Amino acid sequence: MTEIVAMPPGIVASQAERRDQPVWRMLLARPTFVTGAVMLLFWIACAIFGTAIAPHNPLAQQLLATNHPPSAAHWFGTDQLGRDVFSRVIVGARSILIIAPLATVLGTVLGTALGLALGYLGGIVDLLASRLVEAVLALPAIVVIFLFVVALGVSTITQILVIGFIFTPLIARTVRSAVQVEGQLDYVPAARLLGERPGRMMFVEILPNVIPTVLVEFTVRLGYAIFAVATLAFLGFGVQLSTPNWGTDINANYVLLGAGYWWETLFPALAIASLIIAINLVADSTEQVLAG
Amino acid sequence: MSATAASAVPDPAAEPQAAVQVEHLDVSYRVRGHDRLALRDVSFTIGRNESYGLVGESGSGKSTAALALTRYLPRNGRVSAGSILIAGRDPLAMDAAELRQLRARSVSMVYQEPGKALNPGIRVGRQVAEVYELAGLGRAEAMERSAAMLSKVQISDPGQVMKRYPHQLSGGMAQRAVIAMALAAEPSLLILDEPTTALDATVEAEVLDLVAGLRDEFDTSLLFISHNLAVIAKMCDRVGVLYAGELIEEGPARQVFDQPRHPYTMGLLRCIPRQGQRKDHGRLDAIPGFLPPPGQTQAGCIFAPRCPIAEQRCRDAAPPAFDVGPGRSSRCYLHAATADLPRNTPVDVQLPSLAEAARPIVSIRNLSKTFTAHGEAVQALARVDLDIERGETLGLVGESGSGKTTLARTLLGLIPPDDSSIIELDGEPLGADLRQRRRSQLKALQIVFQNPDSALNRRHTVRRLISRPLTKLAGLTGSALAERLTDLVRSVRMETRHLPLRPRQLSGGLKQRVAIARAFGGGPRLVVCDEPTSALDVSVQAAILNLLADLQAKEQVTYLFISHDLGLVRYLADRIAVLYLGRVMELGPAERVFSGPHHPYTEALLSAVPSLDGLRTDRIRLTGEIPSAASPPTGCVFHTRCPRRLASGICESTEPPLAEVEPGHLMSCHIPIDQLTNLQSNKRMP
Amino acid sequence: MAYYLLRRLGLAVVTLWLLSIIVFFAGQVLPGNPARSILGPLAAQSAVRALDHQLGVDRPLATQYWTWITGMLHGNMGESFQYQSPVGPLLRAALTNSAKLAALALVVIIPLGILGGVVASLNAGRPLDRIISLTGLSAATVPEFVSGIVVIVIFSVGLRILPASAEAPAGSSFLTQLRYLILPAVPLVFVLFGYIARMARAGTIEALESDYVRTATLKGLKRRVVIWRHVLRNSMLPTITVIATQTGYLIGGLVVVETLFNYQGIGNLIYHAANSKDFPMLEAGVLTVGVIYMVATLAADVATTLLNPRLRSGAIR
Repeated sequence: MTEIVAMPPGIVASQAERRDQPVWRMLLARPTFVTGAVMLLFWIACAIFGTAIAPHNPLAQQLLATNHPPSAAHWFGTDQLGRDVFSRVIVGARSILIIAPLATVLGTVLGTALGLALGYLGGIVDLLASRLVEAVLALPAIVVIFLFVVALGVSTITQILVIGFIFTPLIARTVRSAVQVEGQLDYVPAARLLGERPGRMMFVEILPNVIPTVLVEFTVRLGYAIFAVATLAFLGFGVQLSTPNWGTDINANYVLLGAGYWWETLFPALAIASLIIAINLVADSTEQVLAG
Repeated sequence: MSATAASAVPDPAAEPQAAVQVEHLDVSYRVRGHDRLALRDVSFTIGRNESYGLVGESGSGKSTAALALTRYLPRNGRVSAGSILIAGRDPLAMDAAELRQLRARSVSMVYQEPGKALNPGIRVGRQVAEVYELAGLGRAEAMERSAAMLSKVQISDPGQVMKRYPHQLSGGMAQRAVIAMALAAEPSLLILDEPTTALDATVEAEVLDLVAGLRDEFDTSLLFISHNLAVIAKMCDRVGVLYAGELIEEGPARQVFDQPRHPYTMGLLRCIPRQGQRKDHGRLDAIPGFLPPPGQTQAGCIFAPRCPIAEQRCRDAAPPAFDVGPGRSSRCYLHAATADLPRNTPVDVQLPSLAEAARPIVSIRNLSKTFTAHGEAVQALARVDLDIERGETLGLVGESGSGKTTLARTLLGLIPPDDSSIIELDGEPLGADLRQRRRSQLKALQIVFQNPDSALNRRHTVRRLISRPLTKLAGLTGSALAERLTDLVRSVRMETRHLPLRPRQLSGGLKQRVAIARAFGGGPRLVVCDEPTSALDVSVQAAILNLLADLQAKEQVTYLFISHDLGLVRYLADRIAVLYLGRVMELGPAERVFSGPHHPYTEALLSAVPSLDGLRTDRIRLTGEIPSAASPPTGCVFHTRCPRRLASGICESTEPPLAEVEPGHLMSCHIPIDQLTNLQSNKRMP
Repeated sequence: MAYYLLRRLGLAVVTLWLLSIIVFFAGQVLPGNPARSILGPLAAQSAVRALDHQLGVDRPLATQYWTWITGMLHGNMGESFQYQSPVGPLLRAALTNSAKLAALALVVIIPLGILGGVVASLNAGRPLDRIISLTGLSAATVPEFVSGIVVIVIFSVGLRILPASAEAPAGSSFLTQLRYLILPAVPLVFVLFGYIARMARAGTIEALESDYVRTATLKGLKRRVVIWRHVLRNSMLPTITVIATQTGYLIGGLVVVETLFNYQGIGNLIYHAANSKDFPMLEAGVLTVGVIYMVATLAADVATTLLNPRLRSGAIR
């Protein structure tokens, strides 16, 4: 039998500290999480099994059936090269769902390490690095991203690296604040008094306590990563592979809006929106459970 | 007003109504789908102009009672049974407008943290005036009345203060402003919930005296809620003791504290050190067991699991409230046996006496520490000289700004002191920073922090927390490690089954034991105890203090015991150092410092502490506030508030040296020792 | 307070200087030779070299930086490679356009966002709050071109009541210009609503749970008064910061919207400059955007300091 801490009953029990259930169970109890997770899983399934599920070959051009509106044969219509939009939407999940998560993981790992170092070590390095971070963040992220992409060319690796590096200072900033809050607690000097080295202090003592923050940041940034990848594709910097890509499809077809051919851009756009909303639902519930 | 007369409906035409009448009150909170009772069958009455104290530890429900009275329970709380009458009216049956009226005219509340109770963005004057405006006065007149009210709460220069923002006031001043705001409406009931817990001892005494005085003047009833029995004893006519949501004893305060009629009350009283009690003789007695989890219902008396004289009938059925005297009641079948309640721990123990050592273990010379804040230099410590003798417990006493925490941290190497400060361990100088010290030096100096929630890494298990110093500092491995771990766990009176748990699964007392085990793990020679029991409940405090005393004997360590609580210091310490504004005012054996002659500051400090025994010593009133460390007064830093300041002016101009006035007793004061003895023994005030 | 503001200003200057270095050298990272871009792939190498010399790109980098930065400070932003004309006026025109769009968006979003956040906070935890919060969050992260396309499809292609381009014909009246700007403003409103509402909500909740609101309520004040007089002034402080920084974003971050709606704002300008390796235009544009953002942040800091008595005067004991 464990000794339960006798808290004054007045405390409204919403603090995650009082939770006696594992995190995943609390998440599954929330409808927002479940909705988001289901939508997300749907798109992941499309990314993995897309070519098997899609009714038509997304690359097959039918030059006699270009720009057909939605019909029984083509639920989402056909684009200007006669390709089935529905199939393209399904298979198009793949490229976004490869680039965005990888970029986010990169940014999170680097950002956490940087945030730990800046938050714990502080001093002159922190002062200078913070100035640098602020300078970079003075520009709208999208401008910085496509400057680099223009400079370095478009490829999957470039996009992952660039988005990851842009995320690093953003995440580092949040982690740094969390680390500074932890530093106010007494277990930090207590550990120092045992002679612990800075490395151990950061990764064994402090990091476990900021993990919830990191997880929330990850889920939130994932949404932004998708946003960034899609926007880059729209601006013409999408990876020009043969596989369908929602952003590049929109980029190719939005000029046709004036002519009234709306389905070729609307459905990929809605796909992007639904994926982002799914991630936001997951991010929001994660934040509620871990931080609320 | 008798407690048993509560059942009759008050006749408005007859005697004046009771200010508060609570009958069989149940308050429950809805937590994760279940209703948990925070208050169970609580009944009490507060008469007009009567001061009623509600005392209890955490989880007792005392704050809930206050919230219920003003109908300010959180969204998941509600009154599930019983009734409340305030001046004859039922707040639970009121609509929104009537409730506002009640809050504006009849009931006022004062809380623990005055700085937070005021809106940081609005000037103090406006906030006080708001009360008058609610009563219908115009702006100008409201401001005038506010100024008058502020001077009534002894704020000099109310005009100035009214223009300030809350963060510009000291704690004491802010609390006075809050009290002014509360009394402005001339309520019939003033509720105070731990109003002085966050204040320094001398300021607390001022505020309590103020409240007592104003109560008479405004003819207000008081409901005084606190965990501090001494404060309640000082302020209240009657008292009710709450335990786990039940009112287990009630009666005139003096009688309840002198002759308690419930085992819990008795146990509680035995946890508080009084004059004459020492760690080896007249020991504090702990209450075994733990507070029941909130909302737990059980058959029988709620205290039975922890009661040394509990019988079968106690466990079978909950005792009703027995009438044990005029105006007294107790929920105990065995209330008559309370006086002979057996102890849980021996009253005297044998502790080794201090050996005469050749050299102090720690020697501090010329210790100074200056911080810079907003471009100003703040001197937290100024040229402190101090020796800590081997095996002793040196008590470090002081209010906020005294520098006692800074001293501990520089000693440990957490903060580097100013250059030219010398700290020596066994004759060898210590590096200014932790990183410059050897492992043997780190091993030698450890600390037990005040708040175990903050001091233990909440992601680590108990096993890891205690083992780390064993591996890192003591260098143990394998079976030696396992053996020492078990030994350590036993010596802090925990069990091996606690090892895989994390701190949040432990109670406050257990967490602090883990922190103590961690401090002792490396085999230290000196342990700094920084307010080790301040964050704990009273009943837990005694056990921890005794544990510390026993561990000291067993492991032969020296303690630097920091506390603002003079009672605890008197219980534990062999010698005492009194700090004020970063300087040592007095240093000497505990009994000498307490009995006198002592430094005027020590004198004031001692007179400010409320005593449970009800012995009234003449209050030494200190004028003014503690000066800012950024611009300390010239000469003797205490001179601005010293009631015994010499007429010659030497106190303003020259800082007195820390000089020996009797063997082993040092003081920093210009007044010659025989003159001081004379003045203080005759209690003659200038 | 003056001490704090001076320090802040000093830091801002340092950051701006760092920014100028980053911008300048980032421009150098872009591949391609500007003279070659202007003259085309068929021009002779000697002509390219001559133009290079004329443009000054064959001098040491540090010298180029110095010329550039001193020129900037005097208002001379160089000549655009693409258009062969001074950057200054082009930049100004683009800035004006962006400012118009930003102003429209702000006028709508500030009251809407604050109202949404406050309403959400007053219903914290209940369905209305969750709806507002999730709507805000989703709207904020859905890419502007997605929401832009959706509104174009509905209002322009479908209902045909609003134009799909943001460029009103030259010389149009104010109201006509406004009509053209409505659709482009919608994605901006979506994005900003999320941020502002979120901040307003968090600030208000924190205020509502504070001790001083408890004091105010227990004084007997009406709830309406408590919220208006005690809660709002404290809860709006963080919101002001967000509004200011989002203004910064509005000026430079509108690449997508401007491209989609074919609007000659500064985002569009930068985009084309990057594509054409037009260094002077690119660097001037990016630096301008950076400066505007920093000014906005500084203004936010100053406003917060002025409005927060704690920062204004410090503790007097």
